[in-house]
Amino acid sequence: MQSLDMATTDLREVNATLQAQTSASNQTEWVIDNPRGAHAVAVGLDTPISVTVRGSTGYYCAGMNAGATIHVQGSVGPGVAENMMSGTVIVDGDASQYAGATGHGGLLVIRGNASSRCGISMKGIDIVVQGSVGHMSAFMAQKGTLVVLGDAGDALGDSLYEARLFVRGSVKSLGADCVEKEMRAEHLDRLADLLERAGADAKPSEFRRYGSARRLYHFNIDHADQY
Amino acid sequence: MCGIVGLFLKRDELRPQLGDMLTDMLVKLTDRGPDSAGIAIYSQPGEDMKITVQSDTPEADFDGLDGTLSDALGTGVTMRVVGNHAVIRVPAASGAAAVAHLETRGLRIMSAGTSIEIFKDVGLPRDVAERFGIRGMGGSHAIGHTRMATESAVTTLGAHPFSTAPDQCLVHNGSLSNHNNVRRRLAKKGVRTRTDNDTEVGAAYISSRISEGASLGEALEGTLSDLDGFFTFVTGTRDGFGVVRDPIACKPAVMAETDDYVAFGSEYRAFADLPGIDTARVWEPEPATVYFWER
Repeated sequence: MQSLDMATTDLREVNATLQAQTSASNQTEWVIDNPRGAHAVAVGLDTPISVTVRGSTGYYCAGMNAGATIHVQGSVGPGVAENMMSGTVIVDGDASQYAGATGHGGLLVIRGNASSRCGISMKGIDIVVQGSVGHMSAFMAQKGTLVVLGDAGDALGDSLYEARLFVRGSVKSLGADCVEKEMRAEHLDRLADLLERAGADAKPSEFRRYGSARRLYHFNIDHADQY
Repeated sequence: MCGIVGLFLKRDELRPQLGDMLTDMLVKLTDRGPDSAGIAIYSQPGEDMKITVQSDTPEADFDGLDGTLSDALGTGVTMRVVGNHAVIRVPAASGAAAVAHLETRGLRIMSAGTSIEIFKDVGLPRDVAERFGIRGMGGSHAIGHTRMATESAVTTLGAHPFSTAPDQCLVHNGSLSNHNNVRRRLAKKGVRTRTDNDTEVGAAYISSRISEGASLGEALEGTLSDLDGFFTFVTGTRDGFGVVRDPIACKPAVMAETDDYVAFGSEYRAFADLPGIDTARVWEPEPATVYFWER
């Protein structure tokens, strides 16, 4: 196991060291100590290495991840795993706003709560939040899956495209063009797979599914007030 | 951007370290706003009124000021000069007359009250804290701000915190879009603001509501309906501090609480050196929700 201590190592050096790993490297297990809320910890990794961050981070932790497994043993600031392409990001604590924003792929697991705009404009990422999510989550979400074991705040799935949303608790309100949909076998299978991969203790049958009513795809003057 | 920190001590033994702890928190957030910095620090309320004033020509303005003021008021006055600020103590009954006298002499009133002292200036938090010796100051609670200016000029008067009533102050991350209207409405009620700054209007709004009988909590609730724009506000009073974020809540905020303190920060980084932070309860304040702690 390789160790990087941010008390003595500059952030750029930490990231450059991790980014320099290739699939030929045998240094596949990394630990980062003393992040102390630093921004942009473990960003831009494109090799399937495993990184454990021991502590809490600030903005944009694990951004642009492609293939790495990043486990934060603390809470994260805004924009965790923003634009993730693939791989896995696990946060033991809470996540601030826009967790998983614009993500194209991979799995983001938040064991605590995520605040506002979780999964905004997601494009294929799967997000499992074991607590609750704040307002405007999955705003303009295009593809992928948002699973919430707790509650969702105001305007869930506003202006949603084809992302699938599953919430076990209450939804404070649905955003424009987001509706509850029938839970079919394929959705239960998908949910079971994601819950298992996220290590989340919940039954697929306890969730409700929400998706796009597809009324806002094309401009319609009758819907002008919904934009 | 802008960075805000706040610290409310629950354990009295920590009071001598308040300025030191708050300075560390504020310096951590320097890159959120390098234009100017300011600190409001609250100590044990005394019998006297403390008036903190600022001058661009402190050597001329503060020379003999205590004697002149004492003669004008016909009462005892003490003065402590700290850089381009001076903290002037007068008996509480002479407070209003003292403020009026100091203003006619062209001095800028930073704060007045039985507990509050505000020090603010252009420059980095580290330098501003050094200039005023903030690390050596004790107290019960304090608020700090580092500014990235958007709504008014980078000047001492444009720096936060803003104080618009005795022992009250406000710091702000964000921008208000209806501050001119609110300023006019307040002016009609006789509430005066000293600058073009949007945050000062927020502070004056809260002070005005409290003077009309609202509690701190009610005044903060009122900001949600009467102020338009983006804000994370932290407000200080003689007895505590409050936090409120606008309903959109795009301006960051995080809080931490232990048996010893309640802390506010724009980012978690500000908390990294606080004692017991690893086991503290850390959470993000909800949008459109008022929080306050009072002793």
